[in-house]
Amino acid sequence: MSQAVQERVVDHHHEVRDPHERRRRIKSVVVLGIALALLVWFALDAESDTVTYVLGDRVSREFPPQELAAGPVAWGCVVVLAIAVVLAALNLLRRQAVAVPVFIVSGLAFYLGFMVWEFRDQGGAFQAAISNPLPGTVAIATPLILGALAGVMCERAGVINIAIEGQFLAGAFFAAVFASLVFDAYIGLVAAIVGGVLLAVLLALFGINYQVNQVVVGVVLVAFAAGLTAFLNNQIPESGKWKEYLNQPPILEKIAIPGLSDIPIVGVALFTQTALVYLMYVIIVLVPFVLYQTRWGLRVRSVGEHPKAADTVGIRVNRIRWQAVLVGGGLAGLGGAYFTVGSSGSFDQDISNGQGFIALAAVIMGRWHPVGATLAAIFFGFMWNLQNQVGLVGKVPPEFLGAAPYLATIIAVAGFVGRVRPPAADGEPYVKG
Amino acid sequence: MPEVQQVEPPEGKEATLRTQPKWMDWLPTVRMTLLSILVALVFGAILIAISDDRVVGAASFGDAITGLGQAVGGSYWAMLTGAVGGWDAIADTLVKAAPLICAGLGVTLAFRAGLFNIGGQGQLVLGAIFAGYVGFAMDLPPGIHLVVAVIAAGIGGALWGAIPGLLKAKTGAHEVITTIMLNYVAASLLLYLLSNVNAFQREGQLNPRSHPVDTTATFPTIFSVHTGVLAAMVLTAVVWWVLERTTLGFEMKAAGANPDAARTAGMNVQRLYVYAMTLAGLLAGLAAAMTVLGQRLSLTTSVAGSLGFDAITVALLGRATPLGTLLAGLLFGALDAGGVQMQAGEGTPIQLTEVIKALIVLFVAAPAVVRSMLHFKARRDHGETTMAAKGWGG
Amino acid sequence: MLLEMRGLTKRFGSFTANDSIDLEIAPGEIHCLLGENGAGKSTLMNMLYGLLEPTEGGIFIDGEPADFESPADAIEAGIGMVHQHFMLVPVFTVAENVMLGREQLRSMRRLDRKAAADRVRELSSTYRLHVEPEPLVEDLPVGVQQRVEILKALANDAKVLILDEPTAVLTPQETDELMDIMRSLKERGTSIIFITHKLREVKAIGDRITVIRRGKVVGTAPPTASEAELAEMMVGRAVKLKVDKAPAKPGADVLEVRNATVIDARGTTVVDDVSFTARAGEVLAIAGVQGNGQTELIKMLMGLIEPTTGEVLLDGNDIGDYDPRRSLEAGIGYIPEDRAHDGYVGSFGVHENLVLDLFRQPEFSSRGVLRLDEIARNARSRVEEFDIRTETPTSSLDSLSGGNQQKVVVARELSRPLKVLIASQPTRGVDVGSIEFIHKRIIEERDRGTAVIIVSTELDEVFALADRIAVMYDGRIVDVVSPDIEREEIGLLMAGGGVHA
Repeated sequence: MSQAVQERVVDHHHEVRDPHERRRRIKSVVVLGIALALLVWFALDAESDTVTYVLGDRVSREFPPQELAAGPVAWGCVVVLAIAVVLAALNLLRRQAVAVPVFIVSGLAFYLGFMVWEFRDQGGAFQAAISNPLPGTVAIATPLILGALAGVMCERAGVINIAIEGQFLAGAFFAAVFASLVFDAYIGLVAAIVGGVLLAVLLALFGINYQVNQVVVGVVLVAFAAGLTAFLNNQIPESGKWKEYLNQPPILEKIAIPGLSDIPIVGVALFTQTALVYLMYVIIVLVPFVLYQTRWGLRVRSVGEHPKAADTVGIRVNRIRWQAVLVGGGLAGLGGAYFTVGSSGSFDQDISNGQGFIALAAVIMGRWHPVGATLAAIFFGFMWNLQNQVGLVGKVPPEFLGAAPYLATIIAVAGFVGRVRPPAADGEPYVKG
Repeated sequence: MPEVQQVEPPEGKEATLRTQPKWMDWLPTVRMTLLSILVALVFGAILIAISDDRVVGAASFGDAITGLGQAVGGSYWAMLTGAVGGWDAIADTLVKAAPLICAGLGVTLAFRAGLFNIGGQGQLVLGAIFAGYVGFAMDLPPGIHLVVAVIAAGIGGALWGAIPGLLKAKTGAHEVITTIMLNYVAASLLLYLLSNVNAFQREGQLNPRSHPVDTTATFPTIFSVHTGVLAAMVLTAVVWWVLERTTLGFEMKAAGANPDAARTAGMNVQRLYVYAMTLAGLLAGLAAAMTVLGQRLSLTTSVAGSLGFDAITVALLGRATPLGTLLAGLLFGALDAGGVQMQAGEGTPIQLTEVIKALIVLFVAAPAVVRSMLHFKARRDHGETTMAAKGWGG
Repeated sequence: MLLEMRGLTKRFGSFTANDSIDLEIAPGEIHCLLGENGAGKSTLMNMLYGLLEPTEGGIFIDGEPADFESPADAIEAGIGMVHQHFMLVPVFTVAENVMLGREQLRSMRRLDRKAAADRVRELSSTYRLHVEPEPLVEDLPVGVQQRVEILKALANDAKVLILDEPTAVLTPQETDELMDIMRSLKERGTSIIFITHKLREVKAIGDRITVIRRGKVVGTAPPTASEAELAEMMVGRAVKLKVDKAPAKPGADVLEVRNATVIDARGTTVVDDVSFTARAGEVLAIAGVQGNGQTELIKMLMGLIEPTTGEVLLDGNDIGDYDPRRSLEAGIGYIPEDRAHDGYVGSFGVHENLVLDLFRQPEFSSRGVLRLDEIARNARSRVEEFDIRTETPTSSLDSLSGGNQQKVVVARELSRPLKVLIASQPTRGVDVGSIEFIHKRIIEERDRGTAVIIVSTELDEVFALADRIAVMYDGRIVDVVSPDIEREEIGLLMAGGGVHA
């Protein structure tokens, strides 16, 4: 009891001293307040009593549509947000251990309230149902996560990687061509890694050895990879056996993991997946482990923060940077494989459609940390999937939801998620002496 | 901040009289650029060769050599004639070059102020939306209509450019990220307008497409070149004048080269960022006017093509100088115009030009690569430092 | 172990940084390397440490040639180095910094952080370094960071320890502590190469002194040599340790600071309730160890940061909320402490840098258009007046030597009528010739009736220029004293021990 009182006193003192703290609190209240107001409007705006939902990614025999009492759910979400606003106003969200769960629950409540509103009052005979967001999110997030981790890998070593998009394209193209040649989708994965690494070699060569501005190299490499893959793709004749041999790859089959895939709601989405997705799970765990628990990881981070300090204890700065950039290239190439052997099959011009830049945004939004970058990539995947989910209903234009991840990134880098600090030597080539 | 190395040049370095005129300084730069183009073309030739039936599918070595000559020679000859073979070809080159030059100037201007503007694409899209709307939705007398549409395009681009400038000034948000994001937001906005807003929709179209721009709002054509091309040349001179002759240009360059020193010298660096990005957006918006009001004459989702990204490469190739940007824009316009001819005549995919463009810029950015490839030595010339390394720090 | 350098030469292009240097470090000796800024001391040590490769000559350990291709080889051979700019990763812990490069692993090839922490504690207690393994380096004071650097070298079993200008960032008290540590290292058989340009320290601790000038060894001296002798060897001619100046004729109060406090973004109070006055025709020196709030105080005077509370008055007007442009236009001239960072634009020409904060004046521009002919004319006359050694008046500042770069900054700031001149570390990294020149111009400016404020961490400079000395410690002005004060007394003030306060 007395301790609690003392804490309150300290809090008060703290408030006066630290304007940042105050600003953060105001921001929390404003954001949660806006969300609350929207939810109230969502609840009042719609009339129908029920909405339907399915546990799968679409209505099927396995997943029949089920009904939900719209009104109570909508108002329930309002209550949750109202509690969050009160907590924020009382400055009880100062500690991360409290703030993070509150924000997560608030986010879920907002999502639910929004979806219920969006799917209420549908005219016409056919009633669209709210589908399970997980399968689509995992699918869309797979390349984003791999690309973002690739970015983290490079930038933690002090090399800016804007060329993730190019590495995606190279990976996708290599995967399609080599999987077609040997008719084996797994060979495609290996080839994708090679493709990504080849582009990474160019990034390392120009950015590390020739010390060209790494942002410039990145932008140019994207143009180079886009042009080259499109050119080569166009050189494959549509007629005859050529196309079959060179650009009709087999697609990775989905493998159900016994036991795990039977878990309701999440099982099918997470554990009936392709080998590429399982590989991604492993990589999500492996990258933070390698960066923070191993000798190589310590050295990678040291050359990204203070290359000269690393040099003076005998670490070969540029060699470590090369290694990190190549590993990153491999990861991004693997992400590129998703676009061909991982989902649709054939390569097409600009098949990754700018997602490499979104992966880059995830790196920054995740504050150059592998876990943060992964979460940001999942968030982007979730938002895009939302665009697909509501695309049929059309209360909110899907273009608006499509732009949401970009707007979220702008808000993030503009300082809402706190100051982002890149590795100190990011983008600076190391010259001895 | 990078640690500042104290480099002490040799003592007693006495003042010597300058014997060569100033323009001679640029000779190594020009030579290096030409060599880069040459090397890129050689790489392009290799690409043509390894992917052409006449070479790969040749029966004998001799046939392969002949096929190589035919494939490479044919493709490049088609490209050359498509770019400068006759007035029509030259006109095509100029029309394609004009928006590239203009948007490239936007990137150049921002670059000199220390900002890497990757947002040309979004600024073009906004300019195109504004220009297009004025062009097909307003009813104004000839001449005035064009002027209003062009001004609207400039305003649209400037607004979209000002946002990352303001964000950088107010919050320090890195412009590379915000401009990339705003490109996508602009694309979403255009798609939304074309598919949801009546004023922008034309009936009976498979893909979203707006009404055509009124003839009163299009650039008049002289000798099959629209007058927007002339405007691009004039703008080059204007940007040069601003950068080299005005206090605003002086301040922007100082803020770009050393923002801390600029601030210490009493310049408002934050405000300069906003000005530079707004002007950059304005130029991109004007580039959009040239495309919408001179070339395509209606809005589609691909109205800006990849102009915004090409503008970056144009500016980089032009070493962030107005004159260089003009020349680089002309070169890329020629490659684009020639690429069409190459694809039509020889069946070589037009994307080859994209590869060649990227390679040229890559080699220009890293002169040491070209030097080591061609085994010749040269002293470091001053063009080499314009693209020196820089981190996220700004 | 016996370390020898024989005929060691390093050339950068046509410039010879080290010219055939012979040096011998005996086991367990403290060998001082004395020389001016830019004399080639750091180049020599970087070769010894494997960071640079010698153009000619070689390094010998116990008579055997040693070929260091990288610092790893040097470390392996038992050489450790404490760099002038600390080679520590700020976001790593002390233990991580110490283990970096020689990481011990435990199961699953994971880093053994516990072993590293134990090693830090063990060495810390053996050599009485008072360093804990857990904190992040960026959270530690500079003095502790330096001990982490020493510990890092000891963890690698260094037999020869190179200390590069270690006292530049220390208070006199911390310097004494460092000297104690050096003695205890020596007792345990570690040789030390002590690089400095401070004569006093050399005499206090050195066993032998080698003087380097312009890349050459000019001689060796015992610690009993007089300061004047050492100074002459270092500079190459007799040096006037005093600046010729007439007594000050202080006039009216020009700049007054009243109870100014600055709290930085992290919430630290960096300037703490400071009050002082600068008078026309007088040099007020602000002395203190680096990082005691001088930088922030000066930035506040210039309007680069705003005081959290308190007032700054110029001729009675509050200028606390001025931006740098208004401060400059109000008649304050500013020579920033880090000229490359704040003072000039390296890629700009001399002529442009000479008008960097003057280009708005009608002389150099009208209606937003630059008057290039006037800018060029101004450049020609300033280059001549201030003896700026440059190839042409349009050459980039990056192509000039440090001293000439500083002259450009000084020339610019003194080329307009001033009420106040603020010069922060005006001669840091500048050759002796330029130092004398710059000091002379500053005194001339004083005699013209300008209020001059000098910030310096070098006591020599403070005593050479000051008419009054304000001593800063931990954000406060602990005392304002006359330059007749004893060195020891001012040293005590700089370390926070107030005699008058």
